[in-house]
Amino acid sequence: MITSAPEQANPVGHSAGGPPAGPTPPETATAIELVRITKRFGTGSRAVAAVDDVNLVIREGEFFSLLGPSGCGKTTTLRMIGGFEQPTGGEILLHGKDVVGTPPNKRDVNMVFQSYALFPHMSVFENVAFGLRRKAVAGSEVKRRVGEMLELVQLQGKDRRRPSQLSGGQQQRVALARALINRPRALLLDEPLAALDLKLRQTMQIELKSIQREVGITFVFVTHDQNEALTMSDRLVVMNEGHIEQVGSPREMYERPRTRFVAGFIGTSNLMTRSIASMDGTTAILECGAGERFVVRDAAALGAVPGGKIDVTVRPEKITLGTEPAGGEMCSLRATVTNVVYMGAWTQYAVRLADGAELTVFIQNATNSEDAAERGAEVWLGWDPAHSLAVAPQ
Amino acid sequence: MSTTIEASSTATSGAVAPPPTVHKVRRGWLLPTWGWIVIVWLASPVIVMIVFGFNNTSGKFNIQWQGFTLTWYRNLFVIPQLTDSLITSIEISVIVTIIATALGTLMGFALGRYRIRGAGSINLVMFANIAAPEVALGAALLSLFLTIGFPLGFWSIVIVQVMFSIAYVAVTVRARMAGLAPSVEEAARDLGAGPIVTFFRVTIPMITPGIMAGALLTFALSIDDYIITSFNAGSTVTFPLWVFGAARTGVPPQVNVMGTLIFAFGVVLAAIGFVTGRRKKRQLDGE
Ligand SMILES: Nc1ncnc2c1ncn2[C@@H]1O[C@H](COP(=O)(O)OP(=O)(O)OP(=O)(O)O)[C@@H](O)[C@H]1O
Ligand SMILES: [Mg+2]
Repeated sequence: MITSAPEQANPVGHSAGGPPAGPTPPETATAIELVRITKRFGTGSRAVAAVDDVNLVIREGEFFSLLGPSGCGKTTTLRMIGGFEQPTGGEILLHGKDVVGTPPNKRDVNMVFQSYALFPHMSVFENVAFGLRRKAVAGSEVKRRVGEMLELVQLQGKDRRRPSQLSGGQQQRVALARALINRPRALLLDEPLAALDLKLRQTMQIELKSIQREVGITFVFVTHDQNEALTMSDRLVVMNEGHIEQVGSPREMYERPRTRFVAGFIGTSNLMTRSIASMDGTTAILECGAGERFVVRDAAALGAVPGGKIDVTVRPEKITLGTEPAGGEMCSLRATVTNVVYMGAWTQYAVRLADGAELTVFIQNATNSEDAAERGAEVWLGWDPAHSLAVAPQ
Repeated sequence: MSTTIEASSTATSGAVAPPPTVHKVRRGWLLPTWGWIVIVWLASPVIVMIVFGFNNTSGKFNIQWQGFTLTWYRNLFVIPQLTDSLITSIEISVIVTIIATALGTLMGFALGRYRIRGAGSINLVMFANIAAPEVALGAALLSLFLTIGFPLGFWSIVIVQVMFSIAYVAVTVRARMAGLAPSVEEAARDLGAGPIVTFFRVTIPMITPGIMAGALLTFALSIDDYIITSFNAGSTVTFPLWVFGAARTGVPPQVNVMGTLIFAFGVVLAAIGFVTGRRKKRQLDGE
């Protein structure tokens, strides 16, 4: 039936000079599936659930990130996929096969450790060749593939060095090459860029992403840096205290956070808890002062009822500042400017609403900057009701 | 004018130029002198041993300087019992070093890497083993051998020496394991190595400095052990046992020569161990 490009099955097939768009993975293929995965450390009453009843589907060929604050269970989840921790409950399916109980050396995934974990007593060449040697690949073949790999990570000519003779960024690349050379079905990366300084980190982000496109292998990437997760991932999951808050594309996570936690964790958010005056179908109309208007669409699904409370957020760049109410269908609230920070491309305003809530507003510094509000000015905030985002309280 | 000159001279002499130098002078001679006293104190017996190996002595007792000679070096092996005892000692020490290093390494690895049941009591026993007086150990082992009817001799010496050496190897290896991130071994597992390949290809090379230190210590402890060995030697005579026996009737100068050679061998080994160990450690741990 399917007659298209058989090379796509080969994970290290070079995409013959094609544009960086890369092959879009078929939506249906599942690389890794976690089914009700739970991990408790300790026993009895002192047991702590590091990962609690997590269900997750990671698709073939995608760059998938696990994002969350320190201690939320990212590393534990990744280590269970790699086989370094055994789950206390649930199933881990690698390409449809339950691998719980299978040791790491028998799993078709490879890991890049946070501290790189290079073999200090081996040269760069032998580090990278380690996986092939275990499979008893012929010497000439090893040489060719290691050369290829070192070229991919731009370490040509460094093959005889020891890891201690390399910079942090170079060690990082060796770790990557050492894992990728095995052509794993998925690559697991635990905060691989955390030890690098900012500049190198940004370079490596771009490089890592382009390598992933080139080899087409599923990357599962752990980070606690939301920018990193947003810019690199095809999809990501936000975790909190061992459970999943939300899974989606970076755009979905930013534009439509589902929980208060996600709204607060990704990007700058303006979280407010307000009372509901009435409902108009699924739209909640919130209590406001004279002349003000604040509506939230699709609020009914979150259990909004007249007289109840609702958690709502508006992204700072969606809000406009004006001297008069926005009018029409637009949301519009009275506010006082409490601080103005000029940031070049945009200006950041801190404003206070009548009920005391503090919001942030980003206004792009376009040509007509004469209407910039001063500190202490009374202004009207306005935004499209589509940008009033109702979020689950916890 | 003068202030300008002063300022510039202090500037050129470097930022750190504390005005009074009294402290420095004091510290300058007191500590080194003390250091040298200790070194002389420690080295004098060795120096005496080396020097009297060249003594042109004619009497039974080699305690008075009578001129320089190389006779004892030329006739090193003319006393058959002495030569035999030295060979026996070297054989025993090599065997003991191999066995104790192998077993001690495994023990140190297990203690350093895994949370094993009874680790506390193992540590206690190891400490007791190191701390216990040799007389007590020797006597206890003797009664054990007599009770179970194990023949005293070469192999009983090997057994007792292995027994007291394992703890030293285990302790040095365990210390090395403690400084070793488990993620390096996990990486090996991840790349397709089973537990045994991981142990030999990754763990062992990385703890080699610890293993070498343990092996050197074992050899040094074994070759000159007197007390425990004397209890359990039976009719076997090791080098220290022979020397001690000979001391009553007069120690031949060949003993000084052999002592000197063993000492030289030990120094060379230690120097090699130190240099390669340092290079290796630098390589393993990064600069
Ligand atoms: N071996 C262990 N024994 C006991 N508790 C553990 C163990 N490993 C992890 N935990 C606990 O499980 C929770 C999750 O840890 P995990 O390392 O997965 O967090 P993380 O999301 O990777 O955090 P970070 O961003 O700090 O690396 C933490 O509360 C941690 O203390
Ligand atoms: Mg972590």
